[in-house]
Amino acid sequence: MAKAKRKRKSPAKKKAAGTGGGKKAAPKGAKKRLTKEDQIGLLRRMMEIRAFEDKVFELLARNVLKGASHVSAGQEAVAVGACSATTDRDYVTSTHRGHGHCLALGGDLRLMMAELCGKATGYCKGRGGSMHIADVSGRNLGATGIVGGNLPVATGAGLAIQLQQKEAVCLCFFGDGASNTGSFHESLNMAGKWRLPVIYICENNQYGMSVSIQRACADTDICARGRVYAMAGAKVDGQRVLEVRQAVLEAAERARAGGGPTLIEAVTYRYRGHSRSDPRAYRTKEEEQHWHERDPILLFKQDLMEEGTLTEDAFEAVQKEVDSAIADAERFAVEESPYPDPSEVLDDVYAGWVETEKGLVRTETKG
Amino acid sequence: MPEIMYREAVRDAIAEEMRRDERVFVMGEDVAIYGGAYGATQGLLDEFGEERVRDTAISEAAIAGAATGAAMCGMRPVAEIMYVDFMTIAMDQFVNQAAKNRYMFGGKTTVPMVLRTEGGAGRCIAAHHSQSLESWFTHAPGVFVVMPATPYDAKGLLKTCIRDDNPILFIEHKMLYKEKGEVPDEEYLVPLGEAAVRREGGDVTLVGYSRMANRAEEAGAALAEEGVEAEVIDLRCLRPLDIDCILDSVRKTGRLVVCSEGYQETNFVCEIVTRVQRFAFDYLDAPIERVCSANCPVPMSPVLENEAVPTAERIAAAARRTLARNV
Repeated sequence: MAKAKRKRKSPAKKKAAGTGGGKKAAPKGAKKRLTKEDQIGLLRRMMEIRAFEDKVFELLARNVLKGASHVSAGQEAVAVGACSATTDRDYVTSTHRGHGHCLALGGDLRLMMAELCGKATGYCKGRGGSMHIADVSGRNLGATGIVGGNLPVATGAGLAIQLQQKEAVCLCFFGDGASNTGSFHESLNMAGKWRLPVIYICENNQYGMSVSIQRACADTDICARGRVYAMAGAKVDGQRVLEVRQAVLEAAERARAGGGPTLIEAVTYRYRGHSRSDPRAYRTKEEEQHWHERDPILLFKQDLMEEGTLTEDAFEAVQKEVDSAIADAERFAVEESPYPDPSEVLDDVYAGWVETEKGLVRTETKG
Repeated sequence: MPEIMYREAVRDAIAEEMRRDERVFVMGEDVAIYGGAYGATQGLLDEFGEERVRDTAISEAAIAGAATGAAMCGMRPVAEIMYVDFMTIAMDQFVNQAAKNRYMFGGKTTVPMVLRTEGGAGRCIAAHHSQSLESWFTHAPGVFVVMPATPYDAKGLLKTCIRDDNPILFIEHKMLYKEKGEVPDEEYLVPLGEAAVRREGGDVTLVGYSRMANRAEEAGAALAEEGVEAEVIDLRCLRPLDIDCILDSVRKTGRLVVCSEGYQETNFVCEIVTRVQRFAFDYLDAPIERVCSANCPVPMSPVLENEAVPTAERIAAAARRTLARNV
């Protein structure tokens, strides 16, 4: 354990957050592993998330889609950069603003859209909707409607990995709001003490619903909280997909080698309100404009074009493919998919038991 | 058959399952070196080591949540929350994550975990260490609630729970840990959702669980001296509930007393009352009586604590009230 501690890099050596403008050289480690196609793939994923959520917003406005929906427009680089650094053995836990996490993991647009529409063909048979997308066999341990709710669960996934002696990690997304919950502190302490292979990645979009981190946090340096729980930390520019990816790659490498958890703070911004009904009266148009200029898709597109990896024509072609995939997902979810059969309302509450008029009875097979 | 203490039965159940299945591990406050606040995990650290028997920080949310995550990733955690009163801190993790994940994720995951805890009054340690909060958890779809009253049931049920694929709250009783009972040397399991008839009788049905099953049995013995034959049912599991056992008995006796150490109002036993009137209405010869704890936080003073919590005498008195109605 002591050896692992010595191997940890000091958080102070990490780059400070680039929340301001200006270009940065893309991290070399990540670039080395990425082909041209890989990089365009990352861009495409971000574009898919943006287009998916734009469509969600439109469907909500038209009342085609019911319920709440927290969209992550502006934060795509965190989800895509972080998930691109995972392997198919790693787990991910998500949040109430989790569409991007699911899609960044390779989630299926059709199943996502169907779930949001409450259709039987959705990821969760329409039982969870926007805030509860999960694909456990696809290593997505799920989103949660409780802010901070998945920090302990991710910690447990890390514990399972450690007990099973697997070379895997659990990537735990949460927001700046969750960083003030008891679950955050309990979880980071447990993971720090037991050196669990968990990467806690704070999507600091600077507002917990309407309350800014300045109004909510005694100390707004969320990344620094990792230090008191004996874990490495990194503060990264959450608008730069490769910077996020690099930080997670380093954290994952350390965790797989037994070096324990990491707390990454990715500074980002959500363009839209907390939810549909939010007029965003708690922030200025100027502030929003500043962040739109630092759009993660725009910044990465510019980088790729400057390097000659991408042309405007190629970008347009990707956009067309994305738009077509979203239209296909909408058609599948809205027009082609059935709603769940009402008779199935009590299915799957328990494994191996089913609810009847007289109470629970065992089903024939276990599981 | 050898006699062992309830707490030894709990310990033996965990040890046997840990030997049988390497996915089983234990974590909680003071469970390793100390052996559990009530001694129910004594010796496990010596046999299984620190990887599988883990002392945690005082972090109930992390304990319950980490159990949830570990269970979803292929482990079978047996986590301890020292007092059921402390479940308040673990509540979100248990009822919002563990309980709901299977359903909300479309049946595509299982959460095979046991949260062991203990409850009940009797030690004059007041309302942060003496409550019976099971009714909070029977109100949470997705979890089972198991409350054994004897060493035999504690061992057999805990082994079953560890092998089950659902999140289970296993609530022991602090006043039963030193109680002795017969437990066979050979392996056995007690199935979930099956009540036990502790005493047969045709005059009145007394239903209890955990320590109140024992008190109902005492009440049954007292009533027998008066010539009243009570049938005493120990539920053992609140969810899944063996309603048929209760209905069969009520159809025979026509009279029912339900007993719980939980607070009276909206107590779980109200669910039994509802189902009995729904499925055995025509068999009832008297209003159903309930005997529960007073609607005040469990007080410390022994005089007040005794007043607040059901006694065998109060259960017997309730039975007599049902019998006073002749039809």
